[in-house]
Amino acid sequence: MDLSTTYLGLDLPNPLVASSGPLTERIDTLKRLADAGIAAVVLPSLFQEEVEHGDLEFHWARTHGTEAFPEALDYLPDVELDSGPDRYLRRVEEARAAVDVPVVASLNGSSKSGWERYASLVESAGASALELNVYFVPTDPTQTAADVEQRQLDLIAAVRSQVRLPLAVKLSPFFSSPANFARRAVEAGADGLVLFNRFYQPDLDLENMQVVPNLVLSGSSDLRLPLRWIAVLSGVLDCSLAAASGVHTAADALKALFAGADVAMSTSALLKFGPEHVGRLLEEMSSWLVEHEYESVEQLKGSLSQRNSPDPEAFERANYQQTLRSYSTSYEVP
Amino acid sequence: MSPKSVTIDGNEAAARIAHLTNEVVAIYPITPASPMGEHADAWSNAGRANLWGTVPQVIEMQSEAGAAGAVHGSLQAGALTTTFTASQGLLLMIPNMFKIAGELSPAVFHVAARSIATHALSIFGDHSDVMATRTTGWAMLFGNGVQEAHDFALIAQVATLRSRVPFLNVFDGFRTSHEINKIEALDDEAVRTLIDPRDVAAHRERALTPDAPVLRGTAQNPDVFFQAREAANPYHNAVPTLVQEVMDEFAERVGRRYRLFDYVGAADADRVVVLSGSGCGAAEEAVERAVEQGEKVGLVKVRLYRPFSVESLVAAFPPSVRRVAVLDRTKEPGAVGEPLYQDVVAALAEGWPVDRGPRPEVTGGRYGLSSKEFTPAMVLSVFEELDRDEPKRHFTVGVNDDVTHLSLRWDDEAWREPDDVTRAVFYGLGSDGTVGANKNSVKIIGENTPLHAQGYFVYDSKKSGATTVSHLRFGPRPIRSTYLVRRANFIACHQFQFLESTDVLALADDGATFLLNSPYGPDDVWDQLPGEVQRTILEKRLRLFVVDAYTVAREAGMQGRINTVMQTCFFALADLLPRDEAIGHIKEAIRKTYGKRGPTVLERNYAAVDNALGGLSEVTVPQQASSTRSRRPVVPEHVPDFVERVTAIVLAGHGDRLPVSAVPVDGTFPTGTARFEKRSIAVEIPIWDPDVCIQCGLCSLVCPHAAIRSKAFPADALSRAPDAFRALDWKGKDLPGHRMAIQVAPDDCTGCGVCVDVCPARSKEVARHKAINMEPKQPHLDRERASFDFFLSLPGPNSDDTARNSVKGSQLLEPLFEFSGACAGCGETPYLKLLTQLFGDRLLVANATGCSSIYGGNLPTTPWSKNADGHGPAWSNSLFEDNAEFGLGMRMALDQHERFARDLLTASDWIEPELAESILHSEQETPEQIDAQRERVRELEGRLADTDQPEARLLTAVAGSLVRKSVWIVGGDGWAYDIGFGGLDHVLASGRNVNVLVLDTEVYSNTGGQASKSTPRAAVAKFAAGGKSVGKKDLGMIAVDYGNVYVAQIAMGANPAQTVRAFHEAESWPGPSLILAYSHCIAHGIDMSKAMTHQKQLVGSGYWPLFRYDPRQAHEDEHPFRLDSRRPTIPFREVAVNEARFAMLQRSDPERAAELFGLAQRDIDERWRYYEQLAGVERTVVRPDS
Repeated sequence: MDLSTTYLGLDLPNPLVASSGPLTERIDTLKRLADAGIAAVVLPSLFQEEVEHGDLEFHWARTHGTEAFPEALDYLPDVELDSGPDRYLRRVEEARAAVDVPVVASLNGSSKSGWERYASLVESAGASALELNVYFVPTDPTQTAADVEQRQLDLIAAVRSQVRLPLAVKLSPFFSSPANFARRAVEAGADGLVLFNRFYQPDLDLENMQVVPNLVLSGSSDLRLPLRWIAVLSGVLDCSLAAASGVHTAADALKALFAGADVAMSTSALLKFGPEHVGRLLEEMSSWLVEHEYESVEQLKGSLSQRNSPDPEAFERANYQQTLRSYSTSYEVP
Repeated sequence: MSPKSVTIDGNEAAARIAHLTNEVVAIYPITPASPMGEHADAWSNAGRANLWGTVPQVIEMQSEAGAAGAVHGSLQAGALTTTFTASQGLLLMIPNMFKIAGELSPAVFHVAARSIATHALSIFGDHSDVMATRTTGWAMLFGNGVQEAHDFALIAQVATLRSRVPFLNVFDGFRTSHEINKIEALDDEAVRTLIDPRDVAAHRERALTPDAPVLRGTAQNPDVFFQAREAANPYHNAVPTLVQEVMDEFAERVGRRYRLFDYVGAADADRVVVLSGSGCGAAEEAVERAVEQGEKVGLVKVRLYRPFSVESLVAAFPPSVRRVAVLDRTKEPGAVGEPLYQDVVAALAEGWPVDRGPRPEVTGGRYGLSSKEFTPAMVLSVFEELDRDEPKRHFTVGVNDDVTHLSLRWDDEAWREPDDVTRAVFYGLGSDGTVGANKNSVKIIGENTPLHAQGYFVYDSKKSGATTVSHLRFGPRPIRSTYLVRRANFIACHQFQFLESTDVLALADDGATFLLNSPYGPDDVWDQLPGEVQRTILEKRLRLFVVDAYTVAREAGMQGRINTVMQTCFFALADLLPRDEAIGHIKEAIRKTYGKRGPTVLERNYAAVDNALGGLSEVTVPQQASSTRSRRPVVPEHVPDFVERVTAIVLAGHGDRLPVSAVPVDGTFPTGTARFEKRSIAVEIPIWDPDVCIQCGLCSLVCPHAAIRSKAFPADALSRAPDAFRALDWKGKDLPGHRMAIQVAPDDCTGCGVCVDVCPARSKEVARHKAINMEPKQPHLDRERASFDFFLSLPGPNSDDTARNSVKGSQLLEPLFEFSGACAGCGETPYLKLLTQLFGDRLLVANATGCSSIYGGNLPTTPWSKNADGHGPAWSNSLFEDNAEFGLGMRMALDQHERFARDLLTASDWIEPELAESILHSEQETPEQIDAQRERVRELEGRLADTDQPEARLLTAVAGSLVRKSVWIVGGDGWAYDIGFGGLDHVLASGRNVNVLVLDTEVYSNTGGQASKSTPRAAVAKFAAGGKSVGKKDLGMIAVDYGNVYVAQIAMGANPAQTVRAFHEAESWPGPSLILAYSHCIAHGIDMSKAMTHQKQLVGSGYWPLFRYDPRQAHEDEHPFRLDSRRPTIPFREVAVNEARFAMLQRSDPERAAELFGLAQRDIDERWRYYEQLAGVERTVVRPDS
């Protein structure tokens, strides 16, 4: 079965990509992913804020209390430290050396200067492509949606002007008009869109009365959101598309491709079942395609997109009543 | 400008040559020499090679005695070997120095000469350490400044290899070791040319080797020992000539010429002073000025002090000399005179040629002990004295001796420095980066202009809210003014609040520029200045400039770090360089200093520089002063007499003015004086909200400065409370009808925030609002001051009322350790405070040298305090290495006196039998019982006063020992694990009733974070810059092994109840006890405000397991070892990354970090496995009574 596909201009042997996560952080698991047949890997993000925060924290630790007391003019030895980007670039280089599949670096940040600086560095380290995560939670009620969007578009344009690498943008689902923003992101220079970024949602610890981070792995049902928007954008925008939430089974991956994705990205399932899960997914996908007499992935990509679907309105329906009705027909309402 | 010019301090100057010309370096930290070892370690760590292309091995030892032993061994095995030290460290090396010299082993020790501890410790400079080694047979070269510390390091190295006699390269602690000056650096080629490879080869050939075995270090008998000592004479005799040869070769190669004794001054001088070390700088300036004015005076600088060359000294004097004053920077009580004086007298008696006319009269003076200022005016006063008909034979200069009347008068006001020297003085806070920026400024000028530059920095002895005063000079000639700036043409005050407490304009010359960091703009600032400041500005016609540096820094993202802003303004006003050029150099200096800390750090610093001048404005000074406000008094009204006469003067910065009669003769000082030093350094203070409080006592427990207190008191005590005073009903059943209050001492709080972090009570309505909350101090200040004063007047609970075994109960007790100068958020002081709350009124403390002896005993004030009855901890510090023995000695004396008192009481038939019996046989287990005994002894003392029985006098002297005392031996891990371990082990083995409290910060905190044997694996520390590769020593288990030692490992932040319990158990155990108290530290690179909470994580990870081993439980069917913490649940890595000491290894060497973190986790796992097994072990300890 010909599973090959093209993503961001990269020719891939199959459409399964490991998105950024713990498995793409370590060389040993990267190798296992590659051995299992993954088509490409996205490295964990270089978090701009984290780097800057880390640099400032270290600077603070190295300067706090210094030059104040005559017996101890400082407290830590003056050793040379790697900056965060140095380490990241080394990781990109090591990943490139360790596996033959394309290595996509990713950047996460919110300020223009940081993006420009780090994007060029990543390119020079030999990444195959760059994925941008526009990580920004707009909490200021005086800030308009237009401002937020413009800020993100400016960031994309700034990076585009800095690098020649294929550029993907991982989008947040929280836009009033996602399709419009997607279009403008492509106009700003994105070669591909990754749908969607899953933000950590904070939780509350009632015993300690504290806000705590809470990471929940995705499930197959999380595919629905990207599925709709990939179907909507497929064939409309001139860019690659990746589905990046809820790809757990071969069926999930196939759904994404049918909707119009060029690749299906997985993190949670691989974490849950291990890197070797890739091999199983590929086998199951092949079997399904053989069973259903498909010749290649290219053949089916987008065949159920909004444009190509027999029922395009289905993607536009807010659908509330109908969904509820179908729900109640299957289950007894208590 | 020579390309070889560098601007460095004396320590670096000496260390550069030492590292370049040696193969093995054995070190141990001691102020002010520690930076030499740190440089050597850092250079070797970075792979810097020596002259022979190998990277010197640097090893930290457990003490200076250990370092000297290692040096000795390395020399014997043929390696070129060195060390760095000072003061007590040098004394610990003396036994090996005798050996090394006796065996004619070439070596150089580089010494930043420092005072020896006598009536008090002093970290500052004089020659009492090196003079104490003058009988060892070592040659001694004295450098007078940074250049000479550098040059003589090489001359000593060359000369020792050539002569086989070991050398001390001596330069003055702080004045030279810490002064930054522009010098000509020796290049490697020059060094290579001067060191004769044949001398190096000869040293290596003398190495002990089984290939050509010999025996050294023998024992000799009366038959030959003496001859053998004489046999080495030719080697020592040859040294002076040989050193002069080396100096001549040095001059030929390098251009700087030195002689064994260098003379400067009039060729026909009749009065000459002789001295060595940095004082020569001030003396030479005085001589030059006097000669210009026609005085016939001169100066002999002593370079080579040992071996003493009579011939060279005599030759150095001009033939016309009539009187000589020899100045010694040391004191030798009981001697005819100080060492250099005696040598000069003897030398002239021996060597003055008959044909040169009458031998000059020689007088001797002491000066400059403990870095006491030594100025040209003082030298002029010596010349004046020499000109009197009958000059004092022995004198002092620099103090006002109104007791033995030895001192000379001098007039610093009459001395003026040349106008072409820019003299700038900066007042800053330790935390604002002032000193760091000024060091960079000196380097910028020194290395980028033809000007010479000098920087010297005066620090105070506080570790929080410390003030720094930077003294900078820039001028066209080499700067050898080895004294503080006395008239500055530029003054900068980096903290507006200093105007309220310090006379920052005292040093301003007429017409000087005054740069003030001010939150008030040029139009408003005048009205905010105290009257004294306004009047001085007008009287001295100062130009006043203001910049709101905190705002500029904040806008650049440099919270609190105003250094680059102020530095830029300084360059703009000082006019030493064109502005743009200066800004370029400042940025380059920032890049060099912070380049590896990431672009964000650089960008923010650059932004602060760029924005600085936009905020700088000149103030149009009005014609007259208008302020009615004055600087606040140094101490409050109605303080004890001693505080008013002495302490207040020192606090005001005028300690130099105190006459000899004002200070105690034996180093004994009153306690309870920190309370008079209202530093008011916090910006925010904790404010209590009684509505939310659950009365747990944690805030008070963890407060490092006893600035948050709790008290329970009868409700009617509030009748005269100020309106703002807050209180609530006491929740416990133990104190019915009581109210309680938690109160901040607003002027004593450092604003660390630890109390707020640990507060567990949150408002039901607003979760972030706790029972105490940090709020800006100023709006609360008056109210809280009044409340705190009232709080102090409230009665505390009687000791039998409270459950002092509980955290909450312990915090109702009065702390007798308060308001120390420890770091904000210190992890050590809460333990000491708790100790005084529990046992303070009957406590003797033996305190090892280190942080705790500095914040505990560094004058002018002390936090050790006393209660209303006048009882409180008695405290003393002996040395670093002997503290356990010191405390044991206290116990011995107490026990002996108690025994004596009991014997006297038993034998007496003139004391009522009931009283005697009750004193002799009453139990003293509980505080109430001890109070009752104290009352009985008081009654006894009353009886004794009324009787004329001869034994009564004897009993009076020892009656106090009948009340149970608690001896605590307190110190850090450097003492307990390393330098003092031998003694500690012996004391624990003694079975005596002493309590040892180890404040374990896992590094040498006081000297700046050097590794100790307590430093854990994977931690980065000085002398372990690549991460410590071996695990921490388990001191607790070593002590447990004895069986009869009570041992507890505690961490207050993790389990406060266990902490309180351990203190009680340790104190009540009648044998030795050891408490290992985890003490977070600024040297860990942590957020100090959250450090107590962080301790919970550390314990939760198993990094610091809590346990108690109680010998009372060591009997059949019992398990004396009890694990108090739960099985680890948090991975070490997760906790470690919150501390820079671990995290920086991940940044500097990720692979090594991964390896060491893995090993550290295994250390934890294995220790836990071992402890768990121990907890199940039954153990019986054999005791006579068991």
